[in-house]
Amino acid sequence: MNNKDSAGTNFKWVGKRTRRPDGPDKVTGRARYGDDMIVPGMLHAKILRSPHAHAKILSIDTSKARAFKGVKAVVTSADIPDHPLTKPPYGPIITDFHDISCNVLAREKVLYDGHAIAGVAATSERIARAAIKLIEVEYEVLPHVLDPLEASKPDAPVLHDHQYTHGVDPEPEKPSNVFRVVTGGRGDVEKGFAGADIIVEREFSSQPVHQGYIEPQACIATASEDDSVELWTTTQGHFVIRAFCARLLNMDMARIRVTASEIGGGFGGKNNIYAEPVAIRLSQMTGRPVRMVMSRSEVFRATGPASGTHTRIRMGAKKDGTITAAEVDIYNQAGAFKGSPVGRSIETFFSAYTIENIRASGYDVCVNRPKVAAYRAPGAPMAAFAAEGTINELASRLGMDAVDIRMKNAVREGDQSLSGIKYGQIGLLDVLEKVKSHEHYSAPLGPNQGRGFALGYWMHGGGLSSVSANLLDDGTIAVATGNPDIGGSRSSMRVMAAEELGIDIEMIKPIVADTGSMGYSHLTAGSRTTFATGMAVINAVREIIDKLRALAAKKWEIPVEEITWEAGQAETGRDGIKALSLKELAGMATKMGGPIAGHSEINAGGAGAAFSAQLVDVEVDPETGFVSPKRYTVFQDVGRAISPDYVEGQIQGGAVQGIGWALNEEYVYDDQARLQNTGFLDYRMPVASDVPMIDAVLIEVPNPNHPYGVRGVGEPPIISAPAAVANAVENAIGITMSSLPLSPPKVLNAIEQGQAEKD
Amino acid sequence: MVDLRYESPETIEVAVALLAAEGQMARVFAGGTDLLVQMKEELVEPALLVDIKKISETRLIAIDPDQVRIGAAVTGAELGENEQLKAMWPGVVEAVELIGSAQVQGRATIGGNLCNASPAADSVPALIAAEARAVIAGPDGIREVPVGEFLTGPGQTSLGLGEFVTSITLPKPPEHGGDAYLRFIPRTEMDIAVVGAGLSVVLNPDGTCAAARLALGAVAPTARLVEAASEIMVGNKLDDTVLEALSAAASETCSPIDDKRGTIEFRTKVAGVLACRVAKIAWRRAENN
Repeated sequence: MNNKDSAGTNFKWVGKRTRRPDGPDKVTGRARYGDDMIVPGMLHAKILRSPHAHAKILSIDTSKARAFKGVKAVVTSADIPDHPLTKPPYGPIITDFHDISCNVLAREKVLYDGHAIAGVAATSERIARAAIKLIEVEYEVLPHVLDPLEASKPDAPVLHDHQYTHGVDPEPEKPSNVFRVVTGGRGDVEKGFAGADIIVEREFSSQPVHQGYIEPQACIATASEDDSVELWTTTQGHFVIRAFCARLLNMDMARIRVTASEIGGGFGGKNNIYAEPVAIRLSQMTGRPVRMVMSRSEVFRATGPASGTHTRIRMGAKKDGTITAAEVDIYNQAGAFKGSPVGRSIETFFSAYTIENIRASGYDVCVNRPKVAAYRAPGAPMAAFAAEGTINELASRLGMDAVDIRMKNAVREGDQSLSGIKYGQIGLLDVLEKVKSHEHYSAPLGPNQGRGFALGYWMHGGGLSSVSANLLDDGTIAVATGNPDIGGSRSSMRVMAAEELGIDIEMIKPIVADTGSMGYSHLTAGSRTTFATGMAVINAVREIIDKLRALAAKKWEIPVEEITWEAGQAETGRDGIKALSLKELAGMATKMGGPIAGHSEINAGGAGAAFSAQLVDVEVDPETGFVSPKRYTVFQDVGRAISPDYVEGQIQGGAVQGIGWALNEEYVYDDQARLQNTGFLDYRMPVASDVPMIDAVLIEVPNPNHPYGVRGVGEPPIISAPAAVANAVENAIGITMSSLPLSPPKVLNAIEQGQAEKD
Repeated sequence: MVDLRYESPETIEVAVALLAAEGQMARVFAGGTDLLVQMKEELVEPALLVDIKKISETRLIAIDPDQVRIGAAVTGAELGENEQLKAMWPGVVEAVELIGSAQVQGRATIGGNLCNASPAADSVPALIAAEARAVIAGPDGIREVPVGEFLTGPGQTSLGLGEFVTSITLPKPPEHGGDAYLRFIPRTEMDIAVVGAGLSVVLNPDGTCAAARLALGAVAPTARLVEAASEIMVGNKLDDTVLEALSAAASETCSPIDDKRGTIEFRTKVAGVLACRVAKIAWRRAENN
């Protein structure tokens, strides 16, 4: 299928560093994000949120708010349809509209600090803010639970009386916070451990972390008298938002038209609906556009973090480094409603390795925190933190090199992931070899410094994508996709279209079209867009090329088979016929048959696995426990870097988010489980000066299932970051670190305890 | 909902009259980097903002023979650009320059940082170590208070009705004197001090310590002077015994809280570490003066 030179030497645009198509509007401030849309006559909405982590709602009295001057409507869960709970069998991802409905506006109970209770639309934001304070809610406060291990115990406060643990035998008689136990495995674990020369057994814990997108959620809903709705929102997938809103509000899907604004980051956190249905209902009630912008504090209190986890893990190996057995139990907190990415955690623990005997169990546990959302390789970084940490300890106790032990156990083409996916052409060994031969691997370290290494595995998604490419009569082409451009997809689409057509990239204008203009396109998520939507772009452009060849055939009155498309023009081998350029053909089209467009609607498969390894040097201040990353190199099999600037950007961003996860990010609750750090000042993501330049080493082992060899890029670089940073800290201070974040107090305590044990 | 008025008087007298008339519902507005955020988060809902930036006294840096006067509305960036002041009180300037980002530095003022009265305010330990005084205008005229006495609790000052800080004075730096400020944050910038330490020291011609003041921030309801520091350092050189005693005295002065920014244990330990580190920097500066 790969019709280009696999070494990439023949590419005109692929792999080149080109001017970004979204650049000018972003640097001039012209780009319109979620809250940049102003509509005449619009109202402003705010949401009343629960001050309690867990409470029954006894009554809600909105009369004073309704009577307040300037208030036009108040909405509660009574105004949103309820839905039945999803019944088994459960797939890997559960979309339960009962849960979504209860999360959008609480019904019988509030389940976390910040849980939405009521929405108010008023003539100004100030009035709306004042009015929500006039809503009187009577609560019966209940005991809360925040930790997944605690929540799994039989005497823990139960969030959902209707929830009985699924996937255990015998069927439980009492409701539980554990929604389900997901298991995976192969071989005979006991036999595997019996054959091991060394066994390492450890426990790891990680804290929930927020995606930390800069742009808070924001939308404007405009309802019409004919039951149609226009929605402007910042999202990773406006088609999914449309489907969710329609289903939740019992509306016809075609009546909701969603336009995705420019998006200021998402990282998985903008795959869901929060305020959109509330804004739609308020607009329907008032007949006016309703604008809803969340504050940073609301974003932290009420939108999804990644799961916090607790992991018990045991691995055994022979003296030569062959890992003989591995078993793991992981407790993933789901937040207030079921649906942590526990299946992905299990899939990612050991799938980079050919371990014969594996047993893995994952617990999906509800706690009094906001419902978790996807975050860059959902479920994987916490799994890698435990698995890679254990493998590093195995290596160190065997006196083996950290890369060598992984090479010894690395999966190759034909091996299988834990869920049974057979690997095609993968680049794991290429990545590991590159690490070993890189100068960073053996560079000298300074005092109080340590070096860490870890590997990350990720199975990418493909999925549904639609593309419409329209040739205009001046020879330029508008390429429309249904995927919000969150990480440079417009650039990649333009490059791939220009490469196929053999024309200058500036002749192609990539755009993100609304749900009324395009076929269904799944989320910009799962590192799928350049792979799947890119494939649709290539298909659509090839359709244009075919139509242009047919047009040339008509013009020249020769069979179309004789016409080839080379370097942006139609050619034939016949003497005396001058090639026709794209521009010339475009100018003829409307007079010789009509406009020319190419479409593609696909379900792309074969995205395949990717691997990312990281080397990090840190320096630890022995008197304060402050950890400073000094050098960082990421080695990643990217398949093919369509736009290397963006690929490097993805890798750097992923590594930096992983550094934050490892070092300082955590939610701080008071004893009433009220969130204390609801802003970037005290929710400590890294700032630019906290991190060194992240060197990205791009390894290109083309994916045979994509015309240009694309693999996903965005998710792998975060996966091994926490494990690599923790390993570096361990190496610097000589003490095992198993609990994230490695914040200064924790590191200082470890140093002092280690010192006390030595003395 | 309270309707908000904004006034920008050009004289101290008018400002005092406006503040006195409005009482508790008035707020002094300088850079606004704390106040506007608090208003946005609905922590305060004032009825009147009195912008003091048009009062010329609040915007001046006056270096007189016997003292330095810094207007309350002078920004961190302006302090940082004043080479003469930086040479005289480098610790005070470096403390103010740590507040916020480059953008915030263009707005945030030394007076605002003082009057916001955060226990973690970066300027305060350095100002206390430097024996700074707050110049306060009010209905009864002008009074001066040492910075350490001006602050009475978290978010609390000794300002009375109608009063506001017009400027901050620093003494002329003594010969062979030096000061420094350090803070600990879990990041490298854009954060609030978990512990702050300001120290000023004066050396004798023989290289021993003639006078020293150490103040700590973020380890008690208000910044604290480490009383024992002077006794520990005076007459001595900065050897390991002195540093060890200084560290212990700093830790003993702490009575912090556990909160989202740090734990009691960590703050207490790190106060000792910073005391030693800041002493070394101030000492080196004093030796070069």
